[in-house]
Amino acid sequence: MGSTIEPNRLNRRDLIKRATALGIAAVPASGLLSACAASGGGGKQETGKKTATNPFGVVGDAGLEVIIFKGGFGDDYAKRFEKLYSKEFPGSKVTHTPTQNITGLLQPRLNGGNPPDVVDDSGNAQIKLDVLQKAGQLTDLTPLLDAPSIDDPSKKVRETLQPGTVELGTIGGTFCTLQYVYTVFGLWYSGKLFRQHGWSEPKTWADFMSLSGEIKKAGIAPFAHQGKYPYYINVAIMDLAIKNGGPDFMNRVDKLDETVWDEAPAKNAIEAIHQIVSNNYLLPGTNGMTHIEAQTAWNQYKAAFVPCGAWLENEQLKATPSDFEMTFMPMPSLPGDKMPFEAIRGGANEPYIVPAKAKNAAGGMEFMRVMLSKAGAIAFAQTANSLTVVKDALGPDVQLRPGTKSTVTALKAAGSNVFNPTYLYTASSLDVDMGNASSELMAGRIQPAEWLKRVKAATVKAKKNGS
Amino acid sequence: MRHRKYPFIVGFLIVPVALYALLVIWPYLQTFGYSLTDWSGESTVMHFVGLRNYTTLFSDTVFRQALLHNALLLVFLPVVTILLALFFAFMLNVGGRGGTGGVQGVRGAAVYKVVFFFPQVLSIAILAVLFEAVYRSDGGGLLNGILQKLGLEDPQRPIEWLNDPNLVLWCILAILVWSGVGFYLVLFSAAMQSIPKEVYEAALLDGAGRVQTFFRVTLPLLWDSVQTAWVYLAIAAMDAFALVSTLTPGVAYGGGPDYHGEVMATYLMRNFLYFGKSGYACAMGVVILFLTLILSAVALRVTRRERIEF
Repeated sequence: MGSTIEPNRLNRRDLIKRATALGIAAVPASGLLSACAASGGGGKQETGKKTATNPFGVVGDAGLEVIIFKGGFGDDYAKRFEKLYSKEFPGSKVTHTPTQNITGLLQPRLNGGNPPDVVDDSGNAQIKLDVLQKAGQLTDLTPLLDAPSIDDPSKKVRETLQPGTVELGTIGGTFCTLQYVYTVFGLWYSGKLFRQHGWSEPKTWADFMSLSGEIKKAGIAPFAHQGKYPYYINVAIMDLAIKNGGPDFMNRVDKLDETVWDEAPAKNAIEAIHQIVSNNYLLPGTNGMTHIEAQTAWNQYKAAFVPCGAWLENEQLKATPSDFEMTFMPMPSLPGDKMPFEAIRGGANEPYIVPAKAKNAAGGMEFMRVMLSKAGAIAFAQTANSLTVVKDALGPDVQLRPGTKSTVTALKAAGSNVFNPTYLYTASSLDVDMGNASSELMAGRIQPAEWLKRVKAATVKAKKNGS
Repeated sequence: MRHRKYPFIVGFLIVPVALYALLVIWPYLQTFGYSLTDWSGESTVMHFVGLRNYTTLFSDTVFRQALLHNALLLVFLPVVTILLALFFAFMLNVGGRGGTGGVQGVRGAAVYKVVFFFPQVLSIAILAVLFEAVYRSDGGGLLNGILQKLGLEDPQRPIEWLNDPNLVLWCILAILVWSGVGFYLVLFSAAMQSIPKEVYEAALLDGAGRVQTFFRVTLPLLWDSVQTAWVYLAIAAMDAFALVSTLTPGVAYGGGPDYHGEVMATYLMRNFLYFGKSGYACAMGVVILFLTLILSAVALRVTRRERIEF
């Protein structure tokens, strides 16, 4: 079975890298990880009386243990959630544990039957959600959906969420994960740089290419990408293809129908991307750069465009000049696109779970209800500079950074033209193989035809392994 | 007192042996058990699949490629590291010829010894950060920066060291050698200092040059240390996980570009944690264990020579 790949994983590479590097001693004994996989245990769960303001029956003085993946979003936002929770239950002792190594921390405790109460199960060392669900380790969060919203008790929490949140959090028929962060994907540029040169946002791929020619003449590389992690360029390629072929094309990719790679949308997309390589529009060295190196070069005006998800602004907070005016735009349109220019990849990610054997599972769900209040969403948007699945939480009065603001605008403009392929979550080997092919293409070592051939073979392989 | 000997020995051994059995032997046995299942890594549910993981493994082209890379490291890492360490150790201890005919190292030997040992002090995490800057793929990198300053490289076409299929493995090898030489230099130095000076003086009186002294006197008397170094370096060559997973490109534990930097350990981890094929990864772990064991046995056996007493 495939694993769950969570897009924000890659922007935390630097942290993960340190973690893996430190783990060198553990590696020859990788088998050790499995040492206590098959033991078990149990604990008692605490519940109290359910009331209108306490819909899950949280015991007021029961402790709450929160484990947060400390990656691109940091962990300050979680501290603000914890404060909001403590306001409700002043007697409760809230424990806050930030980590980059979710698996290492969580696996033994799940198997030992004494897990924490809320976990942000994210990052490179994430425990795969489908596996947890099948093992019966996750609390069914349906009561959360049906609980009254903190902001408006006449509404259920379910009614305050972005469309798709419930579907995405449902695994094996139960809603057991809260994918909290709403991320959009596209190209990013500096509003200041563009104004300075009188450039405007290219709406079509032809415009993008001619603008790239101009940018190059101005002595700036038109395009940078995070070459060391081909995840990013894969997103750009697939978004072009999906906008060209429409939702039907995407569904067939997700179903691992290998014939899509023989068809026009895939061919159009990869040939378009290849024009960047053949016209020499890449930032020199970008193919070997980490996400931080490439994005920082972009922040230094060495490159005009970079593909990324909406975590970019928070990730580059320190490297971004104050007048940079980070701006988001959808992938430009190819001729014959089935979806409009405004269409973007967008979806919920950053999965939060309440382990089934958590002592204070009710408290865990209450914590999530706090996250899903407007106060929670604003806290997140301000400390982590990203949007959440809480619908219409950010009024015009909420102060946001320019990049985050531009994603709010883009999301509004996209309307219902938001897509989110799921092959990433269900066929991890396809993503890895496609990434290898894309790296080779960007380095000029293979041509589009070879890319299509390889990805088609990878799809066949993923289908064979996955079922 | 003879009857009390065994309780005495057992008393000393029981704790370390018990710890070793619990923390090393038992996990290995468990790994072997898991390698016969389709365990996904995060659940207690698994099915017995017999030797299927092992048969799959031997037809897995990526694994074979990774194995080849480890084999290349296995050949070059010990040879290059030991030769360099021996050369430097010799120069630092007996290579000097200045002064009044005594046996001594080159001028400033004490300083060099400390300098050479520096890399060994750095943790592998720091090495990774350091060499990310050395091999950086644009003019900001140390190597590319120097090449561009010297006019040997077009700034528009920098060498992408770790993203070049022909260079990536050698870049990793260079780091392993750089960080390893200092330690073996100190090891060999210590061994050289225990060789009596008279032996060298005798060789000098007989008119032996530096090269002859080295091959006829130093090397045979150092053989024990060289042998130990060989085994350690061979084991290191079978691993290389930390550097490959942090420095080479690719989704989940590097190994790129397009598997040209892959080693067995990174492929194992990708399968273990990323693809959810933990049973399969355990099979790789068992194979790596046996390869390493065989290797150590062979290395010790092949390099066995008669010990020279002095």
